[in-house]
Amino acid sequence: MQEKKYFTRMGDGSIVHMTEAEIREDMKAGMEDAVLRGKVEPLTDEEFEHLYNIITMPGTIVGVEPGMQIVTTSDSGSDKINTKCGIPVDRAVNAMIHERILGCDSVDIGYSDYNYKTVKGVAKREATILKHALNRTTMPLFYGAMPNLGFYTKPDGPVDNWAVLLPEGKIKESLAAQEEAVEHAVRDIVYVAEQMYDVGADGINLDTSGAAGDADFLVSLKATEAIKERFPDLNVEIGMAGEFVLGMHGKLKYDDVRLAGLYPHKQVKLAEKAGASIFGPVVNTNCNMTFPWNIARVCTFIKACTAVAEIPVHANTGMGVCGVPMCENLPADIVSRVDKALVEICKIDGL
Amino acid sequence: MQLSHKMKINEAKKYVAEKLNVTLEELCDVVTMSEVREELGLGLGHVEPCAEANIGMEAKFRIAELLGIKINSVERFKERAGMK
Repeated sequence: MQEKKYFTRMGDGSIVHMTEAEIREDMKAGMEDAVLRGKVEPLTDEEFEHLYNIITMPGTIVGVEPGMQIVTTSDSGSDKINTKCGIPVDRAVNAMIHERILGCDSVDIGYSDYNYKTVKGVAKREATILKHALNRTTMPLFYGAMPNLGFYTKPDGPVDNWAVLLPEGKIKESLAAQEEAVEHAVRDIVYVAEQMYDVGADGINLDTSGAAGDADFLVSLKATEAIKERFPDLNVEIGMAGEFVLGMHGKLKYDDVRLAGLYPHKQVKLAEKAGASIFGPVVNTNCNMTFPWNIARVCTFIKACTAVAEIPVHANTGMGVCGVPMCENLPADIVSRVDKALVEICKIDGL
Repeated sequence: MQLSHKMKINEAKKYVAEKLNVTLEELCDVVTMSEVREELGLGLGHVEPCAEANIGMEAKFRIAELLGIKINSVERFKERAGMK
């Protein structure tokens, strides 16, 4: 008799059928990869078995046990219906749809060009939309955007482009350019935050932090610190761009900790130090590996993060992160398994 | 509770459940919570009949009071309305 094979997927979303032995082998390899890279503890035998059961349990959609429900935050949430679905809806109405139809626990108002440098010029008008939404919804609302440090380089921005300077061997100039860009970005974020605070925002979302490397992550930390100092009632969520901080600069530090190369369990401690209320870790999905490989790796990293976190952890589970496949139309069979594993094994506080 | 008080999920649920006088199981139950929210005027997904429904700012006033928290938009509303 042919050995039973289970339906699952690759990291790009394509269907694959695997035997129990193949699934367990990939899970072990994914977990060991996280242990090696992050220098974190592996899953316990009990957690490993629970994860195997989640991967192979019957049903297209799986769910958490009653009472283990968690809450959600988002990035560019209020613009997704417009930009992703092509349905033109006012963003304040969009927030109401997220609350009363989609059942979200919060959403962020964000500009379609989702970065603080662009928003700075229209911040007061963006605040008007947020104010409308705040008057008509009950759930917490953020204003969100990305620090996106790359936008501060010439010809569009004020500083020299370090990605051009580095290949030319101009190392000192490249480092100086990144350091200068940090100051511009922090100033812009705090300015935008002030406009949003003035209309009663519940929080500021610094999304995709670290996208341009360690200087980009430093922006989020310094901006959080500045926001909490000036507006103690304005809360900050820091969401990451990738599983480790790229060392585009390499020497930047926060609280005497070098930022380059930090994994989620180290990133969250700096987010706490800066004053963030919620931290959103990322683990990259590898398209060439199977879901069992990816989710075992994800759970190993995220469990290490929640184990040390003193603030709520909302794992990023969008396209291409935390085991969710890298494809536009996400399969609910994998997404629901990711969510269940993150809640029940990693003890996350939200998604 | 997570945003303003940095509470982890279980602590936050416990806090809210105690304030609303429901169990943790009931807090996660849509049927129980629909009744609780309607009774306390905390806002619902559906708003019919609208005259009796609390949505948006009026619900947030009640949530702030019930949970003993400060909600920024409620504070701004009070300032703009000359209530403080």
